[in-house]
Amino acid sequence: MSEPSQVEIELPAEIRDVEPVQSIRTPIRMTYDYIPSSSAIASLNAYAEKRILGGVSPIDGAVFVPPRGVDPRHGVATTETVDLPDTGHIGSFCVTRLPIPGREDLEIPYVSAWIFLDGADVGFLGLVSGVDTSEVHIGMRVKALWKPDDELGRTAENIVSWIPSGEPSLPFEEAGVRGYRKRSGAKGSDPLA
Amino acid sequence: MRDVAIVAAGQRQQAAFTDETEVQILLPIFEQVRNDTGLEQSDIGFTCSGSSDFLAGSAFSFVGTLEGVGAYPPICESHVEMDGAWALYEAWVKLQIGEIDTALVYSYGKSSPGSLRDVLSTQLDPYYLAPLWPDAFALGALQARMMLEQDIVSRDRLTEIAVRSRDHASSSPHAVRKGDATTDFVEASPVIADPLRADDCAAGADGGCVIILAAGDIAKNVCDRPAWIRGIEHRTDAHSLAGRDLLSAQSAALAANAAGVGDDKIDIAELHGPFTHQEHLLETALGITDETIVNPSGGALAGHTMMAAGLMRIAEAATRVSAGAGDRAVAHATSGPWLQQNLVCVMEGD
Repeated sequence: MSEPSQVEIELPAEIRDVEPVQSIRTPIRMTYDYIPSSSAIASLNAYAEKRILGGVSPIDGAVFVPPRGVDPRHGVATTETVDLPDTGHIGSFCVTRLPIPGREDLEIPYVSAWIFLDGADVGFLGLVSGVDTSEVHIGMRVKALWKPDDELGRTAENIVSWIPSGEPSLPFEEAGVRGYRKRSGAKGSDPLA
Repeated sequence: MRDVAIVAAGQRQQAAFTDETEVQILLPIFEQVRNDTGLEQSDIGFTCSGSSDFLAGSAFSFVGTLEGVGAYPPICESHVEMDGAWALYEAWVKLQIGEIDTALVYSYGKSSPGSLRDVLSTQLDPYYLAPLWPDAFALGALQARMMLEQDIVSRDRLTEIAVRSRDHASSSPHAVRKGDATTDFVEASPVIADPLRADDCAAGADGGCVIILAAGDIAKNVCDRPAWIRGIEHRTDAHSLAGRDLLSAQSAALAANAAGVGDDKIDIAELHGPFTHQEHLLETALGITDETIVNPSGGALAGHTMMAAGLMRIAEAATRVSAGAGDRAVAHATSGPWLQQNLVCVMEGD
């Protein structure tokens, strides 16, 4: 690759002694008034009472958590919700050994996992604690570690992390989306299976 | 050119959908177009959408709305960070290639959580213009001022366009600004950005629009009177505002010419003019005459769902062709400041 050619630029006299601009910063900030949808509001209110809501599919009863008002497989609205327990298992997980800017509170290494609640057909992301990273495994049973009652708000952040419940683990073939496929007889290839 | 038609179109629009997510706005429209055609998602060859996450400040909402489509088992889909009219163009190209026989096109905008006139500043060039935050109404006002001072348009003509929008919108279920179609009422509306009054600026709205395209015999089987696309083209003006002619809509004229707008009589024109003076520029650019009914829906002025207002123009024109209200219609969509990008679609009934 050839060197870029050096072009002599003749500046007008009036700006010849001005310091050249090397870079500019143009910060952008926009303010939004976010209003959660009806389904999200119900879910957030439930969190304040240490309850977890799922949305029920009108097609086959599959349970989605958090409830977003839609069964994404069929593109139909869900209106019925169901209370889910705060226990479940790890469907898949990742051990992170690098710090994240803005989350200096996370002790490294930490485990983020796809948590499948008992009775739910999809998982959602959560932190796993109270266990050595080398012992975390797919199918491991966990339960929610809630914030103290006086710190609860209308937020999913009420659940600090997921800790081992001590119950026997699920077999690999029944953990996470594999379990859904087995229960529902859903077709399609699962790259993780 | 392969025969491709719009066989179903649906939309929802109101001043703000505060209680519904973008998916929930779209769900009933997907259901409507499926019922209208009898086509299920599994019958659709390609799904294409247009939207911008900047509107609601909600990252990946464009992926989220696929939940309303029913994308399981996996579907073939694409997304453009453009008005849905350009998503329709992408789908039309795929239909022309012969890769598919049907397509689902949708777009939506929920700008009510933010300040749209400011959000639109983020589409300007990031070095010279965006840091100055010229908002969308201010830019529109600059153009209107120049047009008025150079006698490209008169204040009376702008008022006439605003009154026409209110009048036509009165019979439109999707319009958010309608009625009070008098000169006195429009001229009493407050100045938003001099010389633009509130009625010169499109009424802000949230909403969504869904269209199904089909080729040949499939179109005839699922629709009594398909709106056949006989020409569709898009062109663009320079991005730099310093390099633009504010007194005409050049790329709109080029697109209209390429799409064959002037080849025959146009019964209906649905023009996407975010301001009254831009609607005037568009009529000139497309060569619209008195024999054409302009914006029978009230146009974008009567309700402007950002990212969907262009696709809605196509939907409004196609729906009228299918209903027999006209034989030949033109729909126009725009994007970017000062009518930067323009798409023109000519439709005909059998």
